[in-house]
Amino acid sequence: MLRMEKVSKNYPHRGQVVKALDEATVHIPAGDYVSIVGPSGSGKSTLLLMLGGMLSPSNGCVLLKGESVYDLKSAGRACMRRENIGFVFQTFNLVTYLTAQENVQVPMFLAGMEEPAQAERAAALLERVGLGDRLDHKPAELSVGQQQRVALARMLANDPAVILADEPTGNLDPETANQVIGFFEEFNEEGRTIVMVTHDPRAAERARRTLRLVDGRIVDESRGNNALHIA
Amino acid sequence: MKLRTLVWRELFERKSQMLTCLLAILLGITAVVSIKNITYFSEKAVAREMDSLGANVLVLPKSVTLQDYYSADMHDEVIPEEYVMRLTMSDIEGVDNLSPKLNVPVEVGGRKFAFTGILPKSEFQAKAAWAGAGIFSRPMGCGAIDVEGQSEPEDKKTLVRKRVIKDLGDHEILIGSEVADLQGIAEGDSLTLLGEPFSVIAILPETGTVDDSRIFGHLHTVQRLAGKGEVVNCIEVVGCCKEIAAGLVDGVNRLLPDAKVVTVKQVVATQQNVNGMMERVSLIFLIIIVVVGGAGIANYMFSNVYERRREIGTLMALGAESGVVLRIFLLKALLLGLAGGVGGYVIGTTIAVTLGPKLAGVPVFPMPILALWGVGISVGITLVASYIPARRAAGLDPVVTFQEV
Repeated sequence: MLRMEKVSKNYPHRGQVVKALDEATVHIPAGDYVSIVGPSGSGKSTLLLMLGGMLSPSNGCVLLKGESVYDLKSAGRACMRRENIGFVFQTFNLVTYLTAQENVQVPMFLAGMEEPAQAERAAALLERVGLGDRLDHKPAELSVGQQQRVALARMLANDPAVILADEPTGNLDPETANQVIGFFEEFNEEGRTIVMVTHDPRAAERARRTLRLVDGRIVDESRGNNALHIA
Repeated sequence: MKLRTLVWRELFERKSQMLTCLLAILLGITAVVSIKNITYFSEKAVAREMDSLGANVLVLPKSVTLQDYYSADMHDEVIPEEYVMRLTMSDIEGVDNLSPKLNVPVEVGGRKFAFTGILPKSEFQAKAAWAGAGIFSRPMGCGAIDVEGQSEPEDKKTLVRKRVIKDLGDHEILIGSEVADLQGIAEGDSLTLLGEPFSVIAILPETGTVDDSRIFGHLHTVQRLAGKGEVVNCIEVVGCCKEIAAGLVDGVNRLLPDAKVVTVKQVVATQQNVNGMMERVSLIFLIIIVVVGGAGIANYMFSNVYERRREIGTLMALGAESGVVLRIFLLKALLLGLAGGVGGYVIGTTIAVTLGPKLAGVPVFPMPILALWGVGISVGITLVASYIPARRAAGLDPVVTFQEV
């Protein structure tokens, strides 16, 4: 599903070159659930951004379903994100002036879906994450756990094959974090591919495998109990 | 969810910012509309007053000077009356009034006066209408005469101001104020001139010009009594000053190559100065409003883009193309522009109609065309001022949606 081949990312910083990612090669088959761990500044989010088509590499190539992401133009990458990828952010990134239902409708609006169909699907998705009675609530009227569940419903809006999550439990209490990881497992069982950047060891160990990054290099890979076996 | 829902909700999310921006646009358009409205009616009133300065273009025989004209045209040089018809039937633009004149000396009570033959407007207007063409088949007045609400009943004395009289009978005369004073003539009296009796239909008000010592009668009567045939000493033309500047005189010269066409420079210069000054004042206000308003809106939009960069990045991460982001900001600018334009027109017109008469001393009426002006300027400023901030938003790096890079 997702492949990175010898991908490097260099940032110029005060006349010096900082290596955020150093010849990283990752193969993520369809249906896999990968957690990426490592210290701050190790390049985890850089790797995630590159997989999402939002940050072009200095060297190497990123492939989604066999297509080179960065050979596409900006509009092509936006279309690719819309159709294939669902993002989950640490700070949820809900649009503050829209209701929960409208927030979930945003990706469907961007995909050109008709308004009544958007509203119906958004309501069903919010029902699925346990917020069927919070459709008209704005983010400020919801708890952080509820906000992250709205973000999960929004992520599912266009039925993505790939989920990219940046510290999805970083701002949550352990109980809510556990609930969110439970949802991730559920989505994975549906066949979705998940790549999750996390600092939380309990969240990381529930993935099928874990990649450890240090100084932009993948230094270790461990497989969990549910590791995906490819024939 | 539609694009307009997204824009509409965001506008009301930041109410104070939106109201401040809207207020800036509203005040600007209000000022433009009210100034433009009052200026328009003031210009009309001024132009109306300018008429009283008299003719500003003269058609004279080649050998006659301006000095001869000011000394009551008591010379033997003439031009054919047919020139009047040529002018009347031409397509020259900017002729407000025409007045052909023929002067002959007459003696009244032992003193010599000028008996001036004039052609009533109704006669050459009728000929032009019959021919279906010519300058009087179009609306007239340089946009200056007859300010709405100030229409005056037609009076024989308009000859003094408009240089032309609408109707005049063969044996009717108008008497200049000096002649009337010296000879003790009153309206309704009878007078014998060149052997024929005439009835005095009006005593003209004092003008301080040579007109005060004239007696005005029908041109064709004067021609017949003087035995000079169908000729005139001069044709006074009241031209619109804009058209004079744009080549009215050249047009008359080409049409009447055997006559001398002169402008009364002081009159034209005064008219052009006054109109130019009002146009400049209006333009200066417009420029100030466009610059200040545009800068204010651009500043608001830049700060709006900065505040919303995470939201914009999120939309891009969710698959929004840069065109969608551009449209979000431009639609917002369009809505603000429309609201500012319509509101500014309503408030500006109310102010102009209410305060205009007190400030400028002229009646001011609503001008629907200014609604287009107001909305056009408002939407134009907001769109232009918002374009660069909107482009910046569309070009934002979606990476800003992530905390750690």
